[in-house]
Amino acid sequence: MARRRARAGVFEPAPGGGAAITLDEVEISILRNLAVQLLELVGPGDQPAGADDDPLAQLFAEGPSKPPDDPALARLFPDAYENAEEASEFRRFTENDLRARKREDALAMIRALDSGGPRLTLTGDDARHWLGALNDLRLTLGTRLEVSEDDGSELYHLPDSDPRKPLVMAYLWLGGLQETLIDAMTD
Amino acid sequence: MGGVSAHPSPTLAPRPAAGTAPPGPLMGSPAAPEIERTEPIGDPSVVPEPDVPWVTIVHNDPVNLMSYVTYVFQTYFGYSKGKATKLMKDVHYKGRAVVSSGTREEMERDVQAMHGYGLWATLSQDR
Repeated sequence: MARRRARAGVFEPAPGGGAAITLDEVEISILRNLAVQLLELVGPGDQPAGADDDPLAQLFAEGPSKPPDDPALARLFPDAYENAEEASEFRRFTENDLRARKREDALAMIRALDSGGPRLTLTGDDARHWLGALNDLRLTLGTRLEVSEDDGSELYHLPDSDPRKPLVMAYLWLGGLQETLIDAMTD
Repeated sequence: MGGVSAHPSPTLAPRPAAGTAPPGPLMGSPAAPEIERTEPIGDPSVVPEPDVPWVTIVHNDPVNLMSYVTYVFQTYFGYSKGKATKLMKDVHYKGRAVVSSGTREEMERDVQAMHGYGLWATLSQDR
């Protein structure tokens, strides 16, 4: 039986609920670079002094009570309540777990990228991690670029000399990856 | 790494204002402009009633893909494609939608899950 030739740069369904994609060296390098930056951005968050030394203390350490100052981080870790006091209480007990989840997603992406291209085959679990990481990357870039609902935004008509151009290109590329990954996972 | 130095490398660091140095390392981002947070202020005189259910509300945002939001509603809540799509459209066109209801603890779990997926969600008491 003839196999459909894999299209480059687009996710396709793989056995077991996974997904596969062919990426060239430059694409793998850019994606890895972004995932590493995401990992650094998310980080462990603000840890109480001394928590680093004791794994148990780390485990039971409370998270921050205030939203992050960085707008992209504030978007990744939004308030759960409109009331500031309740939001703060919720954040103390959830933000560390949320940061851990987002780090796991980014790490899974880096591991798969390091497994060697050009053909990357993701398991179902990997695919779910990638979906999360791609979304976090888009949220971060979207916040940096101040993306709006406006499809006619100047962002999509920037001259090549504009310093935002590479970011916009990456943002749109990641959107395509995410869209085809969802298609592949729900095929 | 290496091999891509000829390509402008996208960075997640905050965009510098015109005329400033190129983006530095991502960490710390001390150059990030202070954002005036506009906190919606709830009515403090309203005392929560224990028997009134709580709801999880998902808010619209310009980044999340419609297909992704639908996927999340199907995957996490187990909603049918039709119900998930309707809720996604409510979020998109009305700005927000109630996606689940229950006890406060259940809604805190749902909101945390939505944040995990990268959706902007809050919980409140339905009144």
